[in-house]
Amino acid sequence: MNYFNLIKIAINALRRNKVRAFLTMLGIIIGVASVITMLAIGQGSKKSIQDQVSKMGSNLIMVMPGSQFRGGVQMGNSNSKSLTLEDVNALKKQCRNIVALSPEVRSSGQVIYAHKNSPTSIFGTNLDYLAIKKITVANGRVFNDNEIKASAKVCLIGKTVIKNIFGENFNPIGYTIRFNSIPLKIIGVLSEKGQNNFGQDQDDLIIAPYTTVQKRILAITFIQAIYASAISEEKSQMAVNEMESVLRTNHKLKDGDENDFDVRTQAELIKMFSSISDVLTILLSAIAGISLLVGGIGIMNIMYVSVTERTREIGLRMAIGGRGRDILMQFLTESVLLSLIGGIIGISLGIGTSKCVASIMNWPVVVMPQAVILSFAVCTMIGIFFGWYPARKASNLDPIDALRYE
Amino acid sequence: MGRTIIQVKDLKKDFHVGEVTVHALRGINMTIEEGEFVAIMGTSGSGKSTMLNILGCLDKPTSGQYILDNVSMADMNRNQLAILRNSKLGFVFQSYNLLPRTTALENVELPLFYDSQKSAKERKSIALEALEAVGLADRMHHTPNQLSGGQQQRVAIARSLVNDPVVILADEATGNLDTRTSYEIMALFQELNSRGKTIIFVTHEPDIARFTSRNIIFRDGHITKEQYVSERSNARMMLNSLPNNNDYDY
Ligand SMILES: Nc1ncnc2c1ncn2[C@@H]1O[C@H](COP(=O)(O)OP(=O)(O)OP(=O)(O)O)[C@@H](O)[C@H]1O
Ligand SMILES: [Mg+2]
Repeated sequence: MNYFNLIKIAINALRRNKVRAFLTMLGIIIGVASVITMLAIGQGSKKSIQDQVSKMGSNLIMVMPGSQFRGGVQMGNSNSKSLTLEDVNALKKQCRNIVALSPEVRSSGQVIYAHKNSPTSIFGTNLDYLAIKKITVANGRVFNDNEIKASAKVCLIGKTVIKNIFGENFNPIGYTIRFNSIPLKIIGVLSEKGQNNFGQDQDDLIIAPYTTVQKRILAITFIQAIYASAISEEKSQMAVNEMESVLRTNHKLKDGDENDFDVRTQAELIKMFSSISDVLTILLSAIAGISLLVGGIGIMNIMYVSVTERTREIGLRMAIGGRGRDILMQFLTESVLLSLIGGIIGISLGIGTSKCVASIMNWPVVVMPQAVILSFAVCTMIGIFFGWYPARKASNLDPIDALRYE
Repeated sequence: MGRTIIQVKDLKKDFHVGEVTVHALRGINMTIEEGEFVAIMGTSGSGKSTMLNILGCLDKPTSGQYILDNVSMADMNRNQLAILRNSKLGFVFQSYNLLPRTTALENVELPLFYDSQKSAKERKSIALEALEAVGLADRMHHTPNQLSGGQQQRVAIARSLVNDPVVILADEATGNLDTRTSYEIMALFQELNSRGKTIIFVTHEPDIARFTSRNIIFRDGHITKEQYVSERSNARMMLNSLPNNNDYDY
């Protein structure tokens, strides 16, 4: 029997029981739709993280104190005071593969203007910081070297802070605010950056000279982080190595001693976050995949019922010349067709759901063609796998017994 | 007479049910020639159906020889038997065995699906021709539940004709039908027979057997009697002599 005939026979058989066929497919439809949607959401978040890297510049390098940097989380802070301004100077002098370098000290606290106050964070930096982090000034000016030397009480302010204490569309330049009771004069307004992928508001901050934050606000001698830009993305690993060796020398670490600091590139961090999102995607898809499995078992169940119900039909088909193989192929084609049609509906539904999620919840989603192709393949396999035993049972029937079956 | 279509020599069939062995056929010898219309008769359990199943290549004998159209059944496997059934045999069953929710035309087409030589167009025209032969061309789009028992059996007969079999095997094909409809079916078989079809017909109703050309009587797995029908009845004429449906006083 040729395949065209097989498919025609199978379609005829399914048509005889449309509602049942649809209900049987439902498991597959839901399974495939959820796998497609989960993968689309997972891929979407991964891609948006990657987009963010390229926006931030993948030659960003961070130095954190301490060495317990695991899984993206800094564990404990036994060596949290290991970075100093001498380190910054040494790096600036000795590293050839970096173009910009800034210390960072930060504090969170209340910002106050008149009777209004709001919690926010202050970052103490030098002038390179803005370039490294791709922050620009929308209005006013940045602080200069003299102001850094003098620990001047000046600051740049983010849009969210302005909104919280002055109100929207207010030009606060020239006003003096207080951060943890230290008065700071606003000399510039930062351009709006919006939220990052982790939902953090990137405009809820104040930037001031590091000297000001270090001495006047925190009263500390160490610094909390160093930020740098490698000359280029390709050179960033070289820059990391260079910085590590400079810092080791500066910290008088012997061979075999562990670093008391941690140098990371932005690219590495992104890789880490992508891998977290990969794991999440796999987990969610696996859960969705279980419903696919349940759908497959549903098909098997219905095929068994169908074989029993149609025992006489099988007997007749054998009597008029159907070979065991023809019967096997007929039932296999039916189950593959069931799961494949279910798969096609599921894929459409999954793509539709992904689009809905994208537009209603404002999540980034990416439907990958691989996921669609994979779904097709999996559905075919489910059809064959779960259809095999019922089909086998049908093809092994004895024609006389089958014809006599009541 | 014509050439030999079926030759059976010392054919035996045993069934084993647990410890018990049932000797359903205990040494059958028979020869059937082209163009014959044979009735196999006998009491219930005498082995008629068992014989027909073997003749129809649905079952294999325990011992003995069976030659169908010059082909010996002895060493054929399941697949070969299926191909043989598809090319040489036609079946008509007591309970019609039509596919439900499937049109008469599609039901008749069915055997041709297992013959990969035929195109969809050929299938359709052959099936239509067969439906015409049984007088049901106008019902080709009807499904079994829209047809009477007699009409369903005629569709089944059309189905047995589409592969142009060397012999049609019918097991109590009139068993579910009333007298008038039985005669109609027998008239159809006689018509087919007069056009040269070989038919083997199992029945236990003597008045049905009168329409055939030869009666073979089974008893306990043996052939006890074999006779040519001397005064063969004509089913069409008998039908005309039956009181008309309208004459009944319900
Ligand atoms: N599959 C089987 N297993 C066991 N015994 C069987 C089987 N098929 C038939 N028999 C036995 O073989 C004998 C002949 O059965 P068969 O069906 O051929 O009778 P029959 O002449 O067709 O009877 P009826 O007129 O009632 O249809 C019976 O005794 C029956 O019990
Ligand atoms: Mg019988």
